Amino acid sequence: MATVALPATTMRDPAWRERVLWTIAAVVLLLPLGWLAEFNPATLWSAASLSATRQFLATFFPPKLDAEFLQLVAIATWKTVAIATVGTTLAVLIAVPLALVANRQLSISAFASGRMCALCMAARASVRTFMILLRSIPEIVWALLFVRAVGLGDTAGVIAIALTYGGMLGKVYTEIFESNETQGTRALLGNGASRTQAFFYGMLPVCLPELMSYTIYRWECAIRASVVMGFVGAGGLGQQMELSMKMLAGGEVLTMLAVFVALVWVADAVSWFLRRWLA
Amino acid sequence: MNTWVSKAVIAPLFFLVFLAASIATLSGDWASLFSRTAVMSMLEFARGFVWPAGGAPFLGKIFYAALETLAISLLGTLLAVIAGLALALPAAGRWGLPAKHASRFVLNVLRAIPELVWASLVVIAAGLGPFAGTVALAFHTTGVLGRLFGEALENVAPEPNDTLRRNGVAAFPAFWYTTFPQALPQLASYTLYRWENNIRAAAVLGVVGAGGLGQTLYFHLSLFQTHEASTVLLAMIALVGVVDVASNHLRIKLTGR
Repeated sequence: MATVALPATTMRDPAWRERVLWTIAAVVLLLPLGWLAEFNPATLWSAASLSATRQFLATFFPPKLDAEFLQLVAIATWKTVAIATVGTTLAVLIAVPLALVANRQLSISAFASGRMCALCMAARASVRTFMILLRSIPEIVWALLFVRAVGLGDTAGVIAIALTYGGMLGKVYTEIFESNETQGTRALLGNGASRTQAFFYGMLPVCLPELMSYTIYRWECAIRASVVMGFVGAGGLGQQMELSMKMLAGGEVLTMLAVFVALVWVADAVSWFLRRWLA
Repeated sequence: MNTWVSKAVIAPLFFLVFLAASIATLSGDWASLFSRTAVMSMLEFARGFVWPAGGAPFLGKIFYAALETLAISLLGTLLAVIAGLALALPAAGRWGLPAKHASRFVLNVLRAIPELVWASLVVIAAGLGPFAGTVALAFHTTGVLGRLFGEALENVAPEPNDTLRRNGVAAFPAFWYTTFPQALPQLASYTLYRWENNIRAAAVLGVVGAGGLGQTLYFHLSLFQTHEASTVLLAMIALVGVVDVASNHLRIKLTGR
């Protein structure tokens, strides 16, 4: 194959100005970011932190597997699941009434005249704002607050999940009510059914599979969240893990990390199975 | 009919038993939670949150902590994009099956451990502060983005890449000029979605000592300074809101979606 000598002008990069500008912009933006985040990988390789890491990692093996400790881990794991289950149940109890008020489909004034009355609109807006408030504070912050208010233990975790997930479920339930088939509901309302009747006979049967599917998915998330919340003292596996980390007991940490990964995996599988079975 | 009965009877029954067992094991003393003294002390605690603390020096400190949180989220996401892409190439099956399974295993482990747990591990190696938060965020996000990137690269039409390869282009230039630009909108969209998630995570990582607003919140809550804690909470909510808007804007600009 003969090579053709290209004229020198085509070898020049036509976009070099842009490239140089973007490179400079990236460096100018990255420097303050790195400075703010105290970005200094050298600390990871300093003698002090290397020896601390090595000592901690050395304690990871062998993982602690004696019967007494495994029993403790089993109880903590079950408590994590229990916190998630009770928390999610309370969240549903919070979310359902909120979603019933917030959705637009069950508005009789909107149905009758095409426009919602001012008071009804205000009620819906205030419920929506309340749900935003509940879910915009992360569950771990709720847990921190309630650990201060009601003390260390499972209760703070249950309340934290109930509040955050109450706000999330309320929002999603409202959207599910509004996005599903509404003809049945509207027909019932148009023929003089009450809001309760229209809900139970028109709206709920249509939306139930989607509602259950999303709730089960949230239960799965709650299991992960309740482990994390344990780190601020809200009970379960996370609290045990935090204690072991504080004591630099690597063998215990490794066992619990493995149990945690397995728990997430099992919850994922159970949630997938339940959603497929019920939907 | 039969399956309907099993769903309508067995599922609720199973759920109730499970719920009862859960309630039975929790140590929560709900009666004392609603006792007069408990409610009074909770109200006292909550009252502090109604008046957020102000004052220029304090607000300046909060502003700095918010910037620190933003920096943690941006740098953590950036590191994860680089590491995630590096692991996504083998995960998309480009270097054979053993490499694919190995990198998927690594990604699964990285992803299975939440940011906060990573942070409490990294704090031991990197010391307290925002750097630990950045590294912890990068670990978890690498797992998430690596998997999503790998799937995005697998779903790209292979013909352009194959054409270049058959005409003698080396593997990396072929990837760089075909597969990568093809997948880029998807990769950018995943990255922005993860950044929105990471600003929330970066805001709370501080409770295990990894810097940012979370550390300020933890500090003030430990001293029961509820007015100050209330300001920090407001700053968190505002920061998350600003990042959501910015990310949406960027997504529309970069991907047209």
